[in-house]
Amino acid sequence: MTTPTTGCRNTPVLRERGQREVFCGLTGIIWLHRKMQDAFFLVVGSRTCAHLLQSAAGVMIFAEPRFGTAILEEKDLAGMADAHAELDREVARLLARRPDIRQLFLVGSCPSEVIKLDLSKAAERLSAEHAPHVRVLNYSGSGIETTFTEGEDACLAAMVPALAATEARELLLVGALPDVVEDQALDLLARLGIGPVRCLPARRADDAPAIGPNTVFALTQPFLGATHDALTRHGARPIEAPFPFGAEGTTLWLKAVAAEFGIAPERVDEVTAAPRARAEKAIAAAAQTLRGKRIFFMPDSQLEIPLARFLTRECGMEAVEIGTPWLHGPIHGPELDLIAQGPVISEGQDVDLQLDRVRAARPDLTVCGLGLANPLEAEGLATKWAIELVFTPVHFYEQAGDLAALFARPLRRRAALSGLAPHLEAAE
Amino acid sequence: MKLAIWTYEGPPHVGAMRVATGMKDLHMVLHAPQGDTYADLLFTMIERRNHRPPVSYTTFQARDLGADTAGLFKTACQDAHARFAPQALLVAASCTAELIQDDPGGLAETMGLPVPVIPLELPSYQRKENFGADEAFVQLARALARPMERTARVSCNILGPTALGFRHRDDVAEISALLEEMGIAVNVTAPMGASPADIARLGAAHFNVLLYPETGESAARWLEREHGQPWTRTIPIGARATRDFIAEVRTLSGSTAPVDDTRLRQPWWAASVDSTYLTGKRVFIFGDGTHAMAAARVARDEMGFEVCGIGCYNREQARPVRALAREFGLEALITDDYLEVERAIDTAQPEMILGTQMERHIGKRLGIPCAVISAPVHVQDFPARYAPQMGFEGANVLFDTWVHPLVMGLEEHLLHMFREDFEFRDEAGPSHHGGHAPRARTTPEESALAAKAASADGGSMPPADEPAAQHPAPAMGDNVIWLACAERELKKIPFFVRGKARRNTEKFAAQKGLGEISVDTLYEAKAHYAR
Repeated sequence: MTTPTTGCRNTPVLRERGQREVFCGLTGIIWLHRKMQDAFFLVVGSRTCAHLLQSAAGVMIFAEPRFGTAILEEKDLAGMADAHAELDREVARLLARRPDIRQLFLVGSCPSEVIKLDLSKAAERLSAEHAPHVRVLNYSGSGIETTFTEGEDACLAAMVPALAATEARELLLVGALPDVVEDQALDLLARLGIGPVRCLPARRADDAPAIGPNTVFALTQPFLGATHDALTRHGARPIEAPFPFGAEGTTLWLKAVAAEFGIAPERVDEVTAAPRARAEKAIAAAAQTLRGKRIFFMPDSQLEIPLARFLTRECGMEAVEIGTPWLHGPIHGPELDLIAQGPVISEGQDVDLQLDRVRAARPDLTVCGLGLANPLEAEGLATKWAIELVFTPVHFYEQAGDLAALFARPLRRRAALSGLAPHLEAAE
Repeated sequence: MKLAIWTYEGPPHVGAMRVATGMKDLHMVLHAPQGDTYADLLFTMIERRNHRPPVSYTTFQARDLGADTAGLFKTACQDAHARFAPQALLVAASCTAELIQDDPGGLAETMGLPVPVIPLELPSYQRKENFGADEAFVQLARALARPMERTARVSCNILGPTALGFRHRDDVAEISALLEEMGIAVNVTAPMGASPADIARLGAAHFNVLLYPETGESAARWLEREHGQPWTRTIPIGARATRDFIAEVRTLSGSTAPVDDTRLRQPWWAASVDSTYLTGKRVFIFGDGTHAMAAARVARDEMGFEVCGIGCYNREQARPVRALAREFGLEALITDDYLEVERAIDTAQPEMILGTQMERHIGKRLGIPCAVISAPVHVQDFPARYAPQMGFEGANVLFDTWVHPLVMGLEEHLLHMFREDFEFRDEAGPSHHGGHAPRARTTPEESALAAKAASADGGSMPPADEPAAQHPAPAMGDNVIWLACAERELKKIPFFVRGKARRNTEKFAAQKGLGEISVDTLYEAKAHYAR
């Protein structure tokens, strides 16, 4: 693969404002709490917030949830002083019941932000009260401030100031990856002779990384703008790289990290030859279905740009429009360089106008949220619902085939069912 | 503040969305922050709708707050009207917009849109989803229903079915067919399937059939007051209730047309000898008030079960549920806290639970069979097949649905009886519980561990008035010793009553001051608690 002579970095971006069909940052809790095994996420919000978490968590809510909502009631809105006392009481109850909890996140919501409930002050006060066993942190996952995966960004950025200081030269991997993926990444880095490597977030509070002027960090997720800035402010230095999706993305990511540690790209090729060949073989199977197909991304997670890069370069797809909720120049730039000119790059959303564009373009596959997927299918457009891309292990070599298959499956299914015309009666 | 993980009901604006989405040619503009569009997926995924809910959101963000959220709202109304050309517009605020105090009704009024604009007051911090649906429907009726001549032929309206309603689609079909058979025309079914123009015609009906008090009672009462239409009080769930409903409709309509009930199989199925083992099965019932009350009557009078617990999560129905519970010699459980429901079920040790999606999971955790009778439900309870709860076919559906997990229970019993055979393993668990079932517990230590795990599971939330230390633990197991032979004998008891047998035996042993439990103690306890 070669870099296109002209990528999309300088393509004019279509910026839209209007109705946005996206999740708020609270949704990040659903995967973050699985990753941080001794953390509890307490949303301070309304019944709507609790209902959202329940709808997003689906069946997971019955497993062993380490998240909940302190639902604001009429009396909390009447007088502000009371709200802090109420919160202290609920937190004390919670921590008494769950002695295994070491980190408690007070997560701000739209209602708590609008009434300006000072959760950072509450976090300080509660931290002092429950120290040293529990550290209480605060971030906002409100819809008015954060979109979907930005909730993770806000959470990690809130953790940065609380990290210990170090002078050690260490690599920090930033972004919550499924454990299996994280293990693969650590193994690849170890085989390249890169270490020590720490992760943010760590699986447990005791393993939290330290940072300092000799720390270098590599993002594994594209939605970590605020965390990127917070780490930089605390002296750590970013490694600029495309994201580790697909065989090419993973290789480029590893080469960028290796270069930082003085390891030649040839050495990376040597170490990764076998998994890269496996990944390419697995991708090739799915690419048969995907080659030449036109894809439209509606904004959701900020994964859209790296995924479009993977699908256009490694699976032979053609991107019609790549929508992202936010575009961060320094983070998305290396990805945009690799995408050949052609697609519309859009930031933000006016959902009705964007749907008009989808209908006009009639792409072979539309990546969108669950509120739009079935309605578009009913209009005869194949869709891939985007949320799955955040929950499913998709990074690095071993998952590259699975990642391509996620996009191929709806098309294969459509072909398999085409003998039977879908019976699309209005559901009621 | 109140700590919650699971909520039985969403906020009131979701109720209003259920009305809007059920209807046609109506659009709703919701003043709400970015992110509240999550509610769309309830309709497109759980109910599998093939269109977007007719709801526009202003999706304001933080940067809009200092500026002009009111302007944003007006633009959203204009755009929605221009794009969708609805016959009427509902406008409302979600919980966050309620705090920023733009007045959707007032704002929309000043815009001079050429269609009726109906503002909704939804107190998000006091009320919930069902209230929102009921309120949206009654405000639509108040704004749109016009006085008019009654239809020449006797007709009625069907009130209450909405989008995201538990089996509303098929209940409406079943009851419409029944009314048709009785020679009564259905004037308007609302909100589901109605347009604002249809709402305007509500007054032409002779009377109203109220299927779901949760979502239609305010409208029924208003129509009675303003349009002089009486309404039916009987909810036709179960064979008896359906007959009572037919009698009530005859009184209201003067219909004498015979009703063909040959397809009603439930009474014979329940009378057949195969059903004898259902006698006195102890069931715990929880759901919305309407479905819980109907289920309790069916359970007692048509299935021969013993109702050992009844409750509802919607406090709007608390009074009738309490009254019915008293009739059953029970105290009603009115709560929206699933941990309280779990404790009540654990205490009652029923042989079966009739509840919501939540109780299904509680049942799974406790190893008790469960059937779903009420919302909230998940995608599998919006089935492709015809599956009403109401009318004669509904009675047939109820019988199958409720007995199915019990038949499976008997099947398990047989498996356990033969478990020494090489084909069967005790660890396999009940087949209908899939891989999630708790493994059969064999020793007090194991069951103590499991109980601890279960309480940790269920609850990151400590109960408000109960210190953690008091949480139910298998306390008696600690001071009464099970002899190995008794333990072996206990294993022979079917899994779904084993917990109760263990508990009863330990209680019996404690009462008798016995330090250990032998096979004899086990059987003496069994005789003692025999009914």
